Amino acid sequence: INFVLLISRQGKVRLTKWYSPYTQKERTKVIRELSGLILARGPKLCNFVEWRGYKVVYRRYASLYFCMCIDADDNELEVLEIIHHFVEILDRYFGSVCELDLIFNFHKAYYILDEILIAGELQESSKKNVARLIAAQVGILTFVELILENPLFFMINL
Amino acid sequence: MDLSINPFSSGTRLRDMIRSIRACKTAAEERAVVRRECAAIRAAISEGDNDYRHRNLAKLMFIHMLGYPTHFGQMECLKLIAAAGFPEKRIGYLGLMLLLDERQEVLMLVTNSLKQDLNHSNQFIVGLALCALGNICSAEMARDLAPEVERLLQNRDPNTKKKAALCSIRIVRKVPDLAENYMGAAVSLLKEKHHGVLISAVQLCTELCKASTEALEYLRKNCLEGLVRILRDVSNSSYAPEYDVAGITDPFLHIRVLKLMRTLGQGDADCSEYINDILAQVSTKTESNKNAGNAILYECVETIMGIEATSGLRVLAINILGRFLSNRDNNIRYVALNMLMKAIAVDTQAVQRHRATILECVKDADVSIRKRALELVYLLVNDTNVKPLTKELVDYLEVSDQDFKEDLTAKICSIVEKFSQDKLWYLDQMFRVLSLAGNYVKDDVWHALIVLMSNASELQGYSVRSLYKALQACGEQECLVRVAVWCIGEYGEMLVNNISMLDIEEPITVTESDAVDAVEVPLKRYSPDVTTRAMCLVSLLKLSSRFPPTSERIKEIVAQNKGNTVLELQQRSIEFSSIIQRHQSIKSSLLERMPVLDEANYLVKRAASMQATFSSVKSAPAVTPGGQLKLPNGIAKPPPAPLADLLDLSSDDTPVTTSAPTTVPNDFLQDLLGIGLADSTPAGGAPSTSTDILMDLLSIGSTPAQNGPPASNFAPPGLETKPVPVAPQVVDLLDGLSSSTSLPDENAAYPTITAFQSATLRITFSFKKQPGKPQETTINATFTNLATTTFTDFVFQAAVPKICSSLFLSKSVFQFINLRLDPASSNTLPASGNGSVTQSLSVTNKQHGQKPLAMRIRISYKVNGEDRLEQGQISNFPAGL
Repeated sequence: INFVLLISRQGKVRLTKWYSPYTQKERTKVIRELSGLILARGPKLCNFVEWRGYKVVYRRYASLYFCMCIDADDNELEVLEIIHHFVEILDRYFGSVCELDLIFNFHKAYYILDEILIAGELQESSKKNVARLIAAQVGILTFVELILENPLFFMINL
Repeated sequence: MDLSINPFSSGTRLRDMIRSIRACKTAAEERAVVRRECAAIRAAISEGDNDYRHRNLAKLMFIHMLGYPTHFGQMECLKLIAAAGFPEKRIGYLGLMLLLDERQEVLMLVTNSLKQDLNHSNQFIVGLALCALGNICSAEMARDLAPEVERLLQNRDPNTKKKAALCSIRIVRKVPDLAENYMGAAVSLLKEKHHGVLISAVQLCTELCKASTEALEYLRKNCLEGLVRILRDVSNSSYAPEYDVAGITDPFLHIRVLKLMRTLGQGDADCSEYINDILAQVSTKTESNKNAGNAILYECVETIMGIEATSGLRVLAINILGRFLSNRDNNIRYVALNMLMKAIAVDTQAVQRHRATILECVKDADVSIRKRALELVYLLVNDTNVKPLTKELVDYLEVSDQDFKEDLTAKICSIVEKFSQDKLWYLDQMFRVLSLAGNYVKDDVWHALIVLMSNASELQGYSVRSLYKALQACGEQECLVRVAVWCIGEYGEMLVNNISMLDIEEPITVTESDAVDAVEVPLKRYSPDVTTRAMCLVSLLKLSSRFPPTSERIKEIVAQNKGNTVLELQQRSIEFSSIIQRHQSIKSSLLERMPVLDEANYLVKRAASMQATFSSVKSAPAVTPGGQLKLPNGIAKPPPAPLADLLDLSSDDTPVTTSAPTTVPNDFLQDLLGIGLADSTPAGGAPSTSTDILMDLLSIGSTPAQNGPPASNFAPPGLETKPVPVAPQVVDLLDGLSSSTSLPDENAAYPTITAFQSATLRITFSFKKQPGKPQETTINATFTNLATTTFTDFVFQAAVPKICSSLFLSKSVFQFINLRLDPASSNTLPASGNGSVTQSLSVTNKQHGQKPLAMRIRISYKVNGEDRLEQGQISNFPAGL
């Protein structure tokens, strides 16, 4: 997987994760190109778009498009499963996840993604294990979350 | 902290910032909010604020996601990573991965922190470091930190192991040399039970195989058994809730193992045989009613196609694809088409069986499926099915989406050109394509069509009539108009008189004025590209000669463009008007049908120009200007190589004077030079090939005629006229060119002649040329006394003609031959042929190849004190001097 994108139906970016080097300029261009390509596609069509010699596998969940860019010889059907895997984990974590959850807790979405993919490769096929790992880290994190939410709460180092 | 003064100081919470950004109605408002936030964050950074650093970074990440620049926050990531606590590190690493990429040098600064964190006692901190390293490490970091990661592969925590394995993938990608260090560890990880570790290890093995053949061999020997076991276990496993996806246990692991098996089995019969059974088992056992199952089957088919599978297994795979292809789900059909592309190499017949279904997919509503199917059809075409397939595709062209027409047209043209067995069929298909999608046909395709028609004399009548009919129906298709207009101009009388009718044709009634109408319409229609209109003008001009009664009308039509703002059209209009009006006598011979175009030559040039465009896209563009000027003068030439064009020019335009029997390649160029000297206008006819060579040529032509203006018109303004003597420049030019051509042995080429013979004296000339200087000849003159008395005070004089017949050059120049006499070996010539005197002469013939050498000689000597004088003219010089 070369990169992961979450785009809203309005074309707003909700999450981007790049596993191959793209400059800032290229990233903006890629996002613009792909949102044009993907958002325009009708509902009954297949979930794959060929783009610059790569394939982009996308799947729409409510108002969000989850897109993953893969090489031409990767397994598109499996990537659909990976997307679903990711969504299910988000769903468990947030309790029926919605776009707003991902906007206000974008960093958490990134943490979860980092437990699923590293270097663009799949890390964990067990949703339960991902949930366990995230929960374990949240335990340590509570302090930070408090400070993020409350300006008067000062940092306590572990 | 003074929160009351500035509500957007770093005191704002992340949540509030996101809210206020979301509340913005316009982009300008959003920018204002972001600017305020960034200003506050910058201020906090410069104050060295520690307490809110993590929050500021979180804000920056959000701002970054919106597309604003956030580079000023990069150092904050490093500070947070260097902090002691997990929370700061976590957000620091997240920022690092988000805000930076591997090319930024800041990244190098983090290597030390990473190293410490990889050695941390807390597994989560190690996990953070591995994740960051795996996602963004550069080659240098990979080298520096590879030992740490290697060690972590043996960690007892499975979560650390799996992260280390994936991190190793990135390291090996960046530094393939390191692959061998990981082989052993990767194989031992395959013995684990934890699926996360297994899946990561399998992927690492796949990556190692890609990086190093040594690793591939090692893994073939050492991990195949483990892989088969893993796959068997997972596919036979009873319901395992933790890994279950739609009733299948861990499809991800299935797929990764199958993929690795493909890598190992590729081109290795033993490995392939070893995994045959398990592949057969997985492909028959897996349920295909859900996406997860299909994903496994898909991978399985791909593996079977990739390895040296038994034929039974292949049949199984093809059957699965057949099932996929008839599935109603678009995703499944898409992957089936994708797979068939690969299967075609293994078993063409099996794929051919699905041709009808594939052809249906070309017409699918989904552009992804259409594209795949079209590629596949293209591969399926062969001599036996080309006609029905082309018909299907062309029929579909009529109704296909506009976006798809370009691809489809290109493919159809390519198929038609590649497989055409008879010209009539080719023409019919091309005419249909031009009618349906003439706006999408590439230039080289319709150029080739014209070349073919020019060569197929028996089909020219049919072509022009078909095109005329098509033009009436589909006049808006640009390339159709061009081809039709060209044909009407060339073969107009065949159109009007129904000449060379084929059996399949119905005669049509077209009057001469109808034909003119057909060309007039596109001329008057506005189009931004002048090519079509320029071709219309040429066509009209030709028709004025073919159909004399319409001449008056054509004159008027052509004259309408005299004031055109496009120079090309204006010029054609004015020049053509003058031909029609004033040069009736030569018009018919001037406007004869084009000579048959050289098909083979065109194909060669086409291939070359395609290669040229291909390479010019890749490297720095060395575009020939001829290519940019899209104005074919009836003949459409792709921009050829400059040298080839130069040669072409000489063969077309030179009044051929190459009488020399020893025509060597560079003689050709010399001819060209000859023109340059004799007539300073020829290069004007060159299709703007302003290459250096031609420039030189022009400057040669113009230098001698410095008083006469014409030549300088052709030199671009920036070109300085070189006030260098002509000869050396010419020589230089030839020097440059002939170095690449092999020169014949010039010495042998010219026989010794008897230049002069009287009763008492014989003079023989032998000739020598310096290689690369064909204009210069060294003549060795040998004088022999035939009388019985000795000659004394012997003096030989020679002169070359002064008058040059060329009108252009006669004023300004000079003898066209330069002569220099070296001192004679002696001034005494012994009697009765008992010895001789030699003298050498250097002659430079500046009109070499055009004018033969000629020389007048005078010999004076004394016999017994008495003056004698002999003179003569030498005109029997060998050709080529």
